[in-house]
Amino acid sequence: MQMKVMVPIKRVVDPYAKVRPLADGSAVDTTGAKFEINPFDEIAVEEAVRLKEKGIATEIVVVSIGKSESEEQLRKALAIGADRAILLETDMVTDSSVIAECLKQIVSTEQPALILMGKQATDDDANQAGQMLAAKLGWPIATFAAKVEVNGTNVSVTRETDTGEQVVELVTPAIITTDLRLNEPRYVALPGIIKARSKPLIRQAVTTESSSKVNMTHVELPPSRPVGRKVGNVAELAAAIKERGVL
Amino acid sequence: MSKLLFIAFYESDLSAAPGFAKALGIDYDTFLAPSVPSDVFAKELAKIATGYSYIASPSSMKSKDALPYLAGLLDTPMVTDVISVVSPTTFKRPIYAGSMIATVETIGNPVVITFRPNGFEKGLPVSASTVTLEFTEASNVKVVSESNRGTGRPDLGSAKIVVSGGRPLKEAATFESVIGGFADSLGAAVGATRAAVDSGIAPNELQVGQTGKVVVPDLYIAAGISGSTQHMAGIKDSKVIVAINTDANAPIFEMADLGLVGDLYTVLPELQTELKS
Ligand SMILES: Cc1cc2nc3c(=O)[nH]c(=O)nc-3n(C[C@H](O)[C@H](O)[C@H](O)COP(=O)(O)OP(=O)(O)OC[C@H]3O[C@@H](n4cnc5c(N)ncnc54)[C@H](O)[C@@H]3O)c2cc1C
Repeated sequence: MQMKVMVPIKRVVDPYAKVRPLADGSAVDTTGAKFEINPFDEIAVEEAVRLKEKGIATEIVVVSIGKSESEEQLRKALAIGADRAILLETDMVTDSSVIAECLKQIVSTEQPALILMGKQATDDDANQAGQMLAAKLGWPIATFAAKVEVNGTNVSVTRETDTGEQVVELVTPAIITTDLRLNEPRYVALPGIIKARSKPLIRQAVTTESSSKVNMTHVELPPSRPVGRKVGNVAELAAAIKERGVL
Repeated sequence: MSKLLFIAFYESDLSAAPGFAKALGIDYDTFLAPSVPSDVFAKELAKIATGYSYIASPSSMKSKDALPYLAGLLDTPMVTDVISVVSPTTFKRPIYAGSMIATVETIGNPVVITFRPNGFEKGLPVSASTVTLEFTEASNVKVVSESNRGTGRPDLGSAKIVVSGGRPLKEAATFESVIGGFADSLGAAVGATRAAVDSGIAPNELQVGQTGKVVVPDLYIAAGISGSTQHMAGIKDSKVIVAINTDANAPIFEMADLGLVGDLYTVLPELQTELKS
């Protein structure tokens, strides 16, 4: 049985790097920043590759919407084990609804059985694209996945919830958004990345007419917390806590 | 007429309704959502949504699951984790794990919103009318099982005191006795870092941070937690942050109001005694 898996990925600033607004507050200053695959998306790529290694997925297509430089992250995904890549090239900063429209465009030609994607991106922390895509396609979705089991056209997903876990079953075609516990992505050494250069990557133009409904107009630093102090011992700590009246 | 549809996925969400409506400067209806799959919820809500200019709910995994689906069906703007309302179309929200605050402009109606309640006044809805809806749509998702691990402890999101532990707790039993035991002595909620959750020391619903829960207690005690940006994203608005860490250079000391360099295994039992005296 054929099972094509599509994994949308986003190029984001290294989540462990310190970032600041530009001096005029017009945008985030990304000068000199290192970029990575959004960690949640990397987990999605890893999950797809594991499905392929188990003989369940037959083909993995990674997709990115963004600047030309996103090729770097697509190449990395190919190195992890994806088979081919599509870059929908645009310099526009788009909101999640436009991303969902763009992905819908690709779904119509690629017809994947399963879409695995990150639950949120570590730059805008929006947590919207997967659900919006599911709504637009009318496909079943399981968000915040901690475990995925595929059995033919049936997919069983253990989801993280506010109070614990929930197990749901979906029938493909379906969408799953990944949470951090789903897996730990493998490390890919440089030779692997170079080898993946021979895998196909095509560039396409965005054809959707929809435009962003949420636009960022300003970025600032959050108010800073007052400088704290270190105390010398437990008795001092207890006294200081009592003094603040927070018990 | 401009009106808010306030959605409560949990009873405890209700107290956030009047404050948020006040920030928008408009009237509101409340809707207590039944426990149904999000696609069903969104399809039903979409039938009445266009009668409102805003549809909002406090941020939770449930609201973040269901509301984007609704926004996708309606093809309207959605803003996640609003912390303040600047104008009817302008909102502030954290980005990059709370390292920065973005101002965003929305185009179109209704605007779908999840918001962090601590930025807004609290109080129970008084005069709001309650919307009732019949749920007839079928879900394309089958719920097989659901765990509701009530801990018997205060709820993380609303607790006055939160005690959290990190990676050095090593095992679930140690976490429960050391962090849980100390928390119980203060009537506190228990939280954890992702490192603790990942290594199976603490259950996932206790994770605090960028991708977990946001807490706003009067007192947050972090034991054996390094202070990553992602963790701090969930505790920044706590009144007093206390850090206990063996490493004097741990980043958490930069954000903590009170810090003690020391081993949590000796500090917590002593602190428990001192706080009682
Ligand atoms: C996309 C993404 C999202 C994330 N989301 C979250 C999130 O929501 N929440 C979250 O917490 N993390 C999150 N993380 C992970 C985060 O980056 C850190 O890895 C994590 O917070 C570290 O947890 P920790 O402080 O327990 O562990 P460590 O960083 O390993 O720190 C342990 C600390 O304990 C101290 N210590 C050791 N032994 C003792 C002792 N006996 N007594 C006292 N102190 C001791 C050490 O000095 C050290 O500072 C996320 C990461 C990514 C990439």
